[in-house]
Amino acid sequence: MLSKDNRSFDADRRRFLISGATVAGSLVLGMPAVSLANVANGVQQIGFFVEIGPDGNVVIGSNQPEIGQGVRTALPMLVAEELDVAWSQVSVRQMPLGIVKTAEGFTWKYGGQGVGGSTGLTGNWDYMRQVGATARLQLMRAAADRLGVPVSHCRTRPGYVLCDAEAAEIPYSELVADAARLELPDEPPPLKDMRDYRIVGKPQNAIDAIDIVTGKAKYGIDTHEPDMRYAVIARSPWLNGRVKSFDAARALAVDGVLDVFEIKGPDPGAPYLVLAHGVAVVATSTWSAIKGRDALDIDWEPGPNAKDSSKRFWQQNRAMLKKRGQVVLDDGDFDAALAAAETTVTRQYQVPFVSHAPLEPQNCYVFVEDDRCHVIAPTQMPSGASRSAAAVTGLPRENIHVDISRVGGGFGRRLTNDYVAEAAMISMKTGWPIKLQWTREDDLQHDFYRPAGLHEMTAGLDSDGKVTAWTQRLASASKYYRRPNMPDENLWQAELYSDDFPRRIVDNMRLEYFHNAIGLPRGSWRAPAHTANAFVVQSFLDEVAIETEQDPLRFRLDLFGDERELPYENHGGPQFNPGRLSRLLKFVAERIGYGRQLPERRGIGLAAHFTFGGYGAHAIEVTVAPDGELTIERIVAAIDTGFAVNPRAVEAQLQGGTIDGISTALGLEITVKDGQVQQTNFHDYPLARISRFPARFEAHVLPYDQTPTGAGEMGIPSAAPALTNAIFAASGIRIRRLPVADQLRQALT
Amino acid sequence: MTSFKVNGDEVEFAGDESTPLLWVLRDHVQLTGTKFGCGVGQCGACTVHVDGSASRSCITPVAAVANKSVTTIEGLASSDDELHPVQKAWLELDVPQCGYCQAGQIMATVDFLRSNPNPSDADIDSGITNICRCGTYARIRRAIHRAAELSGKGD
Ligand code: FES
Ligand code: FES
Repeated sequence: MLSKDNRSFDADRRRFLISGATVAGSLVLGMPAVSLANVANGVQQIGFFVEIGPDGNVVIGSNQPEIGQGVRTALPMLVAEELDVAWSQVSVRQMPLGIVKTAEGFTWKYGGQGVGGSTGLTGNWDYMRQVGATARLQLMRAAADRLGVPVSHCRTRPGYVLCDAEAAEIPYSELVADAARLELPDEPPPLKDMRDYRIVGKPQNAIDAIDIVTGKAKYGIDTHEPDMRYAVIARSPWLNGRVKSFDAARALAVDGVLDVFEIKGPDPGAPYLVLAHGVAVVATSTWSAIKGRDALDIDWEPGPNAKDSSKRFWQQNRAMLKKRGQVVLDDGDFDAALAAAETTVTRQYQVPFVSHAPLEPQNCYVFVEDDRCHVIAPTQMPSGASRSAAAVTGLPRENIHVDISRVGGGFGRRLTNDYVAEAAMISMKTGWPIKLQWTREDDLQHDFYRPAGLHEMTAGLDSDGKVTAWTQRLASASKYYRRPNMPDENLWQAELYSDDFPRRIVDNMRLEYFHNAIGLPRGSWRAPAHTANAFVVQSFLDEVAIETEQDPLRFRLDLFGDERELPYENHGGPQFNPGRLSRLLKFVAERIGYGRQLPERRGIGLAAHFTFGGYGAHAIEVTVAPDGELTIERIVAAIDTGFAVNPRAVEAQLQGGTIDGISTALGLEITVKDGQVQQTNFHDYPLARISRFPARFEAHVLPYDQTPTGAGEMGIPSAAPALTNAIFAASGIRIRRLPVADQLRQALT
Repeated sequence: MTSFKVNGDEVEFAGDESTPLLWVLRDHVQLTGTKFGCGVGQCGACTVHVDGSASRSCITPVAAVANKSVTTIEGLASSDDELHPVQKAWLELDVPQCGYCQAGQIMATVDFLRSNPNPSDADIDSGITNICRCGTYARIRRAIHRAAELSGKGD
């Protein structure tokens, strides 16, 4: 197991070395430190992360996968700030997966690697600054040694060590070789005062933008290695179906097709290495492989889920909610509070399965040789890629080299490495270096979908309109269904975060869960359960406010209340400050002009939600025409991620999250009929296009304190309920089932 | 044998003439800036120019470009030092997130601005239909207006 906590500079120096932060990290690998001072082409390196060329240009290693969240810019910014170099002189090099075998198992060589749950930044905030600060200290010590002065006489300006007493100014590039040979300090050097930041906290453009706009950026799909062959897989269209038999003759007759064979999938419900049973086609080009697959004759065994359907799934959910479920939280005395309530409001909301659909379809390069294996993967979890390849090949993990390509979108899909395992199987079988390519159809039909669920909400209110009782009863298909060693009574934990609002705000609160099985694989989809729960809770708040004749903004502000810290034990804790939601909500309401007189058929909707340590709010203004045509007139979004390392990237995440939330709420749903996923491509899984989004679209990054949280997920959850609340305000039509699709037209015509 | 030009260079493709231009560019010519997103003409990630007009290369059989001139994202800038105004606008507005759709967005925009040198937001809504999964549309819209300005054809 890779442990998480050795990212930070530990007083235990040995552990710091193993975590490989900076200079002399190589010692644990048994190499002399001097070999770290790589002088090839005049480029010299301090530790694993920092290289300084003779021209003073600095190359900073980025250890995390870049999925569009901007981590390849943000983390090097932290190093550059503490190292004290000019940002314009920095370029970034992607580091491979680094794991080191120790007596206790594997540990990280370059710090923990993996992006999900908006942790890429928080997990590296201290570590990357310490990397930069340590490298700077070593440069100063090298200068001090050279000048024969104590290190306390030295300071830096970008790219130089200065020593006033000696009137000396030495460029970093002349000190790197000496610095790399110095022993590490026992203590991490003190970090800069944040008020002195020149790079961090200032808006910076994505460092790779130039490569992207010129077509040079390399994604997994762009991998081209010597002797590489191309593969696709025909996967069972039936959930948990199998290959009964197949005839490869017509496929093998396609020009360029080299080999056709079966790929074994998992047993139903068993932990998976790959998602589905299928037949692989290997060819000399991607198109030949696709044509070969088209020509396959496969007789599928439909398997145990052949009767699964969305229709049945929703019927089952409705039936379940009529019974008593697993009570997973029971604060105060809910029953008594409800009985004593002046008013009670009950509503049901339906949240569908959705697919991740990153624009770069899954792909992976793998070359398995006798004693080693090379993987180039667009993955959010490179260590998972290494484990998958090891499980398939039986090779020791230290012999598996994983390169991390740029990733064309993650959204949680690439937390799992099933496509790595598939590619490894094919390379192992054929002996060739293989690039496996999924098509869009493959990707939509074989995903770890966001769980769908039916939510029943009930609130009890006293005569002042104050909420005294609150319950959420959820019947859903938990994403934890396939986890090894996951007892059934914990399945709810993936679907309800028990410390979410209104915990500790409404005294009498109950959460109830029902697990409903379906053959669709489920997994983590950007801000996992928050997207469903924010829609449900923020829609319900609107309904309760309106039902009890209260203003939806005032009602929310009264509930969120002032700034105070509530304990929060779910991911993103340890605290939740509902007053920070009040602040954002007031801000967006004011910016959009909430409460002003609106033209006919126009309405404004609001929502705010706390997600994994960060806070988001939306105000959306829409028009609903008499024929049901929806126009989004204006969007105001705000995010509070504490301290924004790169405000420009945080703004981008807020814009993107907002668009993702709206696009998904408007049109996206994965449905099952007769045991098969019905959607096949973007014509029936219609991601919204630019025309959906107004030019009047503001995204505000509101700083709060000195601690950054991630930013990838906070922008999405409140977007959908703000939209549907606006639809209600404009039209009186309450959307209780996502996606909106053609519900407005149906209601009005 | 299909002969055509890519970014000014002669290319010959001996394989099946029905092969989509996308895969000829990516696998054979090894110009990978043109991206595969859907394969059915929906997303626009594969947009290139054929004799100057934007075409979705995933649904363009290579036979259709015989003796024609194809420009990909790699060939858009006149030189390494002088980017196309649309590329410049994209950098200035810091448009890309994952970046995967952006070559297609840029190629589509270049052609769009030729017929709409000073586009309104409504023109953009009807003329730009490429998908961006990361949701960079807010910045794309601004970048299109900026590119129009930089092209010297705006107001
Ligand atoms: S890949 Fe050609 S339009 Fe999507
Ligand atoms: S930037 Fe990722 S798909 Fe557009």
